[in-house]
Amino acid sequence: MIKIEHLYKSFEDKEVLKDINAVFKDGEVNLIIGQSGSGKTVLMKNIVGLLTPTQGSIFYDDKDFVALTKKEKILLRREMGMIFQSAALFDSMSVLENVMFPLNMFSYDNYDDRKKRALECLARVNLTGAENKFPGEISGGMQKRVAIARAIVLQPKYLFCDEPNSGLDPKTSIVIDELISGITHEDNITTIVNTHDMNSVMGIGENITFICEGRAEWQGNNKEIMDAENKRLNDFIFASDILRQAKELHDEKKGLK
Amino acid sequence: MLSIQNGLTHLGRYVQLMGRAISTPDRWRMFLKQYVTEMYQLGYNSIGIVLIISFFIGAVICLQIKLNIQSPWMPRMVVGYTTREIMLLEFSSSIMCLILAGKVGSNIASEIGTMRITQQIDALDIMGVNSANYLILPKIAGLMTIMPILVTFSVCAGILGAYATSLMGTTTVPELDEGFRYQFNQWFFWCGMIKAVVYAFIITSVSAYKGYTVEGGSVEVGKSSTDAVVLSSILILFSDIFLTSMLT
Repeated sequence: MIKIEHLYKSFEDKEVLKDINAVFKDGEVNLIIGQSGSGKTVLMKNIVGLLTPTQGSIFYDDKDFVALTKKEKILLRREMGMIFQSAALFDSMSVLENVMFPLNMFSYDNYDDRKKRALECLARVNLTGAENKFPGEISGGMQKRVAIARAIVLQPKYLFCDEPNSGLDPKTSIVIDELISGITHEDNITTIVNTHDMNSVMGIGENITFICEGRAEWQGNNKEIMDAENKRLNDFIFASDILRQAKELHDEKKGLK
Repeated sequence: MLSIQNGLTHLGRYVQLMGRAISTPDRWRMFLKQYVTEMYQLGYNSIGIVLIISFFIGAVICLQIKLNIQSPWMPRMVVGYTTREIMLLEFSSSIMCLILAGKVGSNIASEIGTMRITQQIDALDIMGVNSANYLILPKIAGLMTIMPILVTFSVCAGILGAYATSLMGTTTVPELDEGFRYQFNQWFFWCGMIKAVVYAFIITSVSAYKGYTVEGGSVEVGKSSTDAVVLSSILILFSDIFLTSMLT
């Protein structure tokens, strides 16, 4: 479980995050949603330690990440996996080498065992046969799947995904969502996904935190979101015609309209 | 005043980055693999350009000396002697490193800069890898190992270039031979090696710093690459004064 208490982050005079409080549960897909520029990525970067909060605490189970020493942070980071918006695969390495990289750095297994583990992860994301290709030779969707394989190869306790569906077509986005959701449930990982993809919100959002202008405005799940009364959340979620119509139908069914 | 403050800020960040980079590697196996790769990419791939430039510069120096100091009062072996001293003391160690600062420095800055803007460095940090150590230390160690070899190749190619002028009838091989052997001071060779090692450190560390601290997009990566070449060239020339006065 990851718990955030009274988190603030400022860049010089600009306060980007204001008193964020949130709980991200084990074995669930936790989504952080919000408009572009609302502070989602800054929040994610604070959680993983790429930025240091101005004030507040981030608890990984019982450990306050902000108060940990450099060495303790490095050790905790080895329990994290992250999927970046751009996949962030190492260009100079093949798909297999990318997935094997965390094992090469931190595992004491022999080469055959490391390779076997990497191939298992590639099979899990349906990329058997692509191991000798380079990131430049595969599609965006495949790159994201390699990034997932690399993130889970060390069996992390915490998985972070920064806009994993960005730049992907709806069908591929669903595949990526299903993979993230499946891995989270099977391995009981605390997964946090940063997204503004409504398909992800409705499909895999088990615990959703809505960020608006640097504040956590709402927390709930994908079923509760249909009945949420937060105006800013509704303006954001039901911005498209299709979703607005779906909301109207939902309200009609419930006899609200 | 502002530029002094800015300069000091960069110096502080550079020292901090080097502090992170020059530490015990997380995994020696990975470090050694990277070290060999960097020696190949930064050093082995530069052998061609070093040999070509040094060969022609050696030949041109020989021709210029012959044309400009030829006199009945001057011994004929002076041409070979002067060519050797120029190649050994200044061209192969300093000027060749300046040329390599352009090739290797821009390569390092753009490679690390691209890794920064595509979040590959963030990915390493999240994994708990010391990204500065993993990316920068093998480059520094690799070029510091291979640079003295490149300088030796450069001296040899320059001397071969000087011999080649004898084919044009400018000088004769025995005259050059005499000059090349005349009062050879072995220390001058070691001076070149020491300079090569110092310049290798300057080129790799400054270029890596410029790449590692890039913020923005491709335009900034291009700018950092240019800055890396300019700054390492200035620092090489600046330290050349001190090294020359200290070593000779």
